[in-house]
Amino acid sequence: MPELSQLELETRFQKKIDDNLYIEPKDWMLEKYRQNLLRQISQHAHSEVVGMLPEANWITRAPNLRRKAALLAKIQDEAGHGLYLYSAAETLGSSREQILNAFLTGKAKYSSIFNYPTLTWADIGAIGWLVDGAAIINQVMLQRASYGPYARAMIRICREESFHQRQGFEILLTLCRGSKDQKAMAQDALNRWWWPSLMMFGPHDKDSPHTGDMTKWRVKRESNDELRQKFIDRTVPQADFLGITMPDKDLKWNETTGHYDFGEINWEEFNQVVSGNGPCNRERMNARVKAHTDGKWVRDAATAYANKKRNKAA
Amino acid sequence: MAEQDTQWPLWEVFMQSKSGQPYKHAGSVHAADGEMALENARDVYTRRNEGTSIWVVPANAIVASTPEEVGSFFDPANDKVYRHPTFYDVPEGVKYL
Repeated sequence: MPELSQLELETRFQKKIDDNLYIEPKDWMLEKYRQNLLRQISQHAHSEVVGMLPEANWITRAPNLRRKAALLAKIQDEAGHGLYLYSAAETLGSSREQILNAFLTGKAKYSSIFNYPTLTWADIGAIGWLVDGAAIINQVMLQRASYGPYARAMIRICREESFHQRQGFEILLTLCRGSKDQKAMAQDALNRWWWPSLMMFGPHDKDSPHTGDMTKWRVKRESNDELRQKFIDRTVPQADFLGITMPDKDLKWNETTGHYDFGEINWEEFNQVVSGNGPCNRERMNARVKAHTDGKWVRDAATAYANKKRNKAA
Repeated sequence: MAEQDTQWPLWEVFMQSKSGQPYKHAGSVHAADGEMALENARDVYTRRNEGTSIWVVPANAIVASTPEEVGSFFDPANDKVYRHPTFYDVPEGVKYL
């Protein structure tokens, strides 16, 4: 088979994407595509892992056994989702070791939403309803991303996440149907989680540096602003049902556009949290590094045991 | 190839979803040995009864076709239309054929 020129390879690669086909690990791919995907998928994986921390805060204080079992199952799912995504990222030629090191040394980022604290039980409801709700909007889009292993991981994750959002909504519904204080607690959680949830979709399209290429490569099929609008349009009626209100005085239904208008996001806060100055950034990183360090003896023991068994067999 | 990984070898996981079904690739796990790979695969890929049986295979033991040769590699079957039942004429009125 004759050698193809770089240009021919690039053209074939783009045509495959444009034809709605998938790029697989051993296929030729643009180096920038590989790097961008590796960054995005590993960040996504780290987010799943860090996402366990704010929720873990409430396992021992869940109000009853049903809630505790559901919360544990949800957190276990997040660990699984992290693992699916690490596997997908590894197919792009980076080792698990390298990916984890980038995370533990603070070089790789994770979703900023997890740098907010979970102060009350209602926050667990708000995370499931809003944070998982926002994540699902993004992940449904990614189910058809052009990179095969990423798309397949997303399909599995989306299938599992729908219970996460429902359990969150159910927690809030129970609080909203409870005493005045319980309902106030639900409202307070919404007040604190609403804006950070909107920030999860990232900067406005005009300020989003990676969007162009990722759209061309069929990783991002809808823009940040489109996804954010979709999330708002779906979520506001749910809040109406709960009987609580978004902390946005500019939020109102627009008959002409068929969408909700909403107020301006505090991007200064967003930038602060992204650059490490959110309420819990340091706490989250410390918890992750500690878990990794404290787990070293388990990894060492498992390696020693496997070696012992192998030597015995030989 | 990535540098030496202290996160244990990589295993590819294949799962049978129901008795009688073929095994399908589910994903991969890291594990120190086969037994641990099976347990990890169970924890990661069957939290909702997705499987009745699991195979784990060391990732470096898998031999795969190369994408660049996809044309020539699969070429032998391309022009053999007579391998398909639709190639043959069946007269009207003939049944069970």
